[in-house]
Amino acid sequence: MSTITNRQAICDVLVEQAKNDKDIVVVCSDSRGSASLATFASTYPKQFVEVGIAEQNLVGISAGLASCNKKVFAASPASFISTRSYEQVKVDVAYSNTNVTLIGISGGVSYGALGMTHHSCQDFAAMCALTGMRVYCPSDRFQTTKLMQALLEDDKPAYIRVSRSATEDVYDETIDFQFDKANVIQQGTDVVLIACGEMVPYAKKAAKQLEALGISTGLIDMYCLKPFDQETLFEQTKQAKLVVSIEEHAPQGGLGSFVAQALSMHQPKRMIQLCLPDEHLISGTNKEMFAYYGLDEDGIVKAVQNAL
Amino acid sequence: MNELKRKSYELRKDIIEMMYASKAGHVGGDLSVVDILTVLYFEIMNIDPKNFEDPNRDRFLLSKGHCADALFAVLGERGFYDKQEAIQTFSKYNSKFIGHPNTEVHGVEINSGSLGHGLSIGVGMALAAKMNDQEYRTYVVLGDGEMAEGSNYEAMMAASQYHLDNLCATIDVNGLQISGTTDEVMSTASLANKFADFGWHVIEVADGNDCMQLVDAYTQAMQMKEKPTVVIAHTVKGKGVSYMENQKSWHHGVMNEEQYKQAIREIEEVLA
Repeated sequence: MSTITNRQAICDVLVEQAKNDKDIVVVCSDSRGSASLATFASTYPKQFVEVGIAEQNLVGISAGLASCNKKVFAASPASFISTRSYEQVKVDVAYSNTNVTLIGISGGVSYGALGMTHHSCQDFAAMCALTGMRVYCPSDRFQTTKLMQALLEDDKPAYIRVSRSATEDVYDETIDFQFDKANVIQQGTDVVLIACGEMVPYAKKAAKQLEALGISTGLIDMYCLKPFDQETLFEQTKQAKLVVSIEEHAPQGGLGSFVAQALSMHQPKRMIQLCLPDEHLISGTNKEMFAYYGLDEDGIVKAVQNAL
Repeated sequence: MNELKRKSYELRKDIIEMMYASKAGHVGGDLSVVDILTVLYFEIMNIDPKNFEDPNRDRFLLSKGHCADALFAVLGERGFYDKQEAIQTFSKYNSKFIGHPNTEVHGVEINSGSLGHGLSIGVGMALAAKMNDQEYRTYVVLGDGEMAEGSNYEAMMAASQYHLDNLCATIDVNGLQISGTTDEVMSTASLANKFADFGWHVIEVADGNDCMQLVDAYTQAMQMKEKPTVVIAHTVKGKGVSYMENQKSWHHGVMNEEQYKQAIREIEEVLA
């Protein structure tokens, strides 16, 4: 299993690119350590802004920098940057179309036993609801690296959610990454799993088990929640008897909602949604919580078997 | 009468025309802030409507965005667009001159309207100037009612932390907001002490509707090193129209024909 986290991959890209680009600026709210951005801060102190524990200011300052042609990456725990800064994200970033990439670290239930204040189970819904915002949840370090390189090439707002711990590698250096196009990991005709972020490795293992049971299983890594890649969804689910969405998010307004919305209008399919429940979650490590809520490979396999 | 005062009263007339034509807008605050805008746009700021993309232009943010009406009049007068278009279409169907500053309007730096955002954005703009060794200054205008927004205090801390002597905030202290006096609604008393405690250089302007006092304040602010400056401008809401002055009902009151005529007459008397 990889020991390189997605947040580390983000820092590595920024450190590399900043060698030749003095307009890259990283802004943190006492979060440089948890965001793995301390290396950037010490390597490029003049391109690093610390705002203290002040998430509204984090986003407002980022927008101001971006409006003066800086390429801004603002990093803070996903729970706070997505909703505590929501008003600033809506107006100063999304509506004003400023070149700010919001990096939500320790997303989903990464913080485990720290509880509901630190979980971000509504961030996809909140961010996707904003006109002008793009929302990404990459699975592994290779996809995260490619995504960051792509985002550095454009000047529009985006939100990326990454988890705290290292995710098992899904890809390798040869990843066939296309910006705003889902990665099709495998094709299948009985069931198609659609996952993002940390759920992708679990879905990959589940797909293997399902294949062993004689169930032809497809797997889509839908790292791009907005713009949502409907085209790949429709192509890959044409033959499917069952479509399964899998996400580390509440039931409303996330991956499952987008899959359901797209399919119901254009290509109706039987579908189940695997996600966190709309309730206060149990305490535990993220892995324990995934198992409890049926989001690990065994949970996914069981859900598919029950549904078929 | 000096030129700036003349300009600010001519702009008052434009604002009254705009408010009467649209039956919308925030006329009370427009008339308290218009002298501040006049001084900044016609005396202080380095800004050129023909070269607005100039990276070295001074930056302006109207954080009290509901007074966009006044800003639209000023930008039109300053040559950013045909002023009559703003006056005639403000708040009307499919107009870009909506009730808040937005970047569809030439000369507007960033969208605003939700209170408590401008100062943080201004900190970012001022930081960018420092990073790039650029000389431009950033001016942010806020309302006194707006000072109840907590985000302002986050921005005040950061401006001081980074010694942003290229940042100048102005508080348009007209003492009134939609529900009553600022003291009744949420006291922002001793704004000077608040800013000073946060490490700002404070300039109080006794009459914030007096253009020359404002010019002095902004000129002094430019000399300040290491600290951001706040100009606390004590203004009169509805200034220049007798029945509007210091009346909360004129926060966004709509004039009838008689009131409109009286407002124009009173302004013309000053100009005569």
